[in-house]
Amino acid sequence: MSAEVSVSIERDADIVTARHEGRQLAAAAGFSSADQTIIALAISEITRNIVSYAQCGKLTLSRMDEGGRRGILIVAQDDGPGIPDIDLAMRDGYSTAGSLGVGLPGARRVMDEFELVSAPGKGTTVTMKKWLR
Amino acid sequence: MSVPILKQGDVLIASIQAALSDRELAQLHDAFAEQVGRFRSRGVIIDVTALDVLDSFATRTLRSIAYTAKLRGANAVVVGIQPDVAFAMVQLGLSLEGVATALDLEEGLAYIRDVAKRGGQRVR
Ligand SMILES: Nc1ncnc2c1ncn2[C@@H]1O[C@H](COP(=O)(O)OP(=O)(O)OP(=O)(O)O)[C@@H](O)[C@H]1O
Ligand SMILES: [Mg+2]
Repeated sequence: MSAEVSVSIERDADIVTARHEGRQLAAAAGFSSADQTIIALAISEITRNIVSYAQCGKLTLSRMDEGGRRGILIVAQDDGPGIPDIDLAMRDGYSTAGSLGVGLPGARRVMDEFELVSAPGKGTTVTMKKWLR
Repeated sequence: MSVPILKQGDVLIASIQAALSDRELAQLHDAFAEQVGRFRSRGVIIDVTALDVLDSFATRTLRSIAYTAKLRGANAVVVGIQPDVAFAMVQLGLSLEGVATALDLEEGLAYIRDVAKRGGQRVR
């Protein structure tokens, strides 16, 4: 079972599409309606970051089945400017845009696994996993 | 798709029908700001029943609408936040602090009438 969906993220309307695809896949994977909403919200935050800071990138969604554990894998990748200080960017309330600074730390809070790989000039990749309970 | 704003007496009501992009939300904000002044509205109601997600941008925009209304002497109330949506917001760490909320349109209207009766937050 490796249904994979990818959404190219270039403008604000793509965030709506990304959320929608995420919810669909989460529903198909058996997540509760509450978890579908949480997954859609996390997708909204990381894809908005792409539009806001990197202009364009890609979201890839897939279902995971690892030794009986099932869940959803979400990867948001861009070739934007990258993040110079990841610890700082992951801090609640930190924003270079005068915003709430809740997107990255919030997404980490609601997912089971969260990884941020980024360096200046090297783009940013956020990998998130949520497992079915 | 832009959100129609209905004028009911001195209350403006926006009932969002489908998922909105950031641009559409920002347009809603600007339309409210303009109309609250033009119609000297006393209340602003934003019905988000149809929204299946309220993220950081939506939260920020709703807060901003409420604040703009307040500066104009009007009260804003957000109605119809779905239970799953509220739950996800709390988990992520988003809040609508400083924004009045009500269960549905009817309660939202009652709230605005109530505040008006008590003298509300009108700045004179
Ligand atoms: N894809 C990205 N490319 C480059 N910089 C990024 C990216 N994502 C996040 N950042 C940086 O990390 C900071 C923190 O991101 P986060 O999403 O937590 O907050 P925010 O976007 O500033 O505000 P909010 O999401 O609450 O509106 C951003 O201000 C930005 O500087
Ligand atoms: Mg963000």
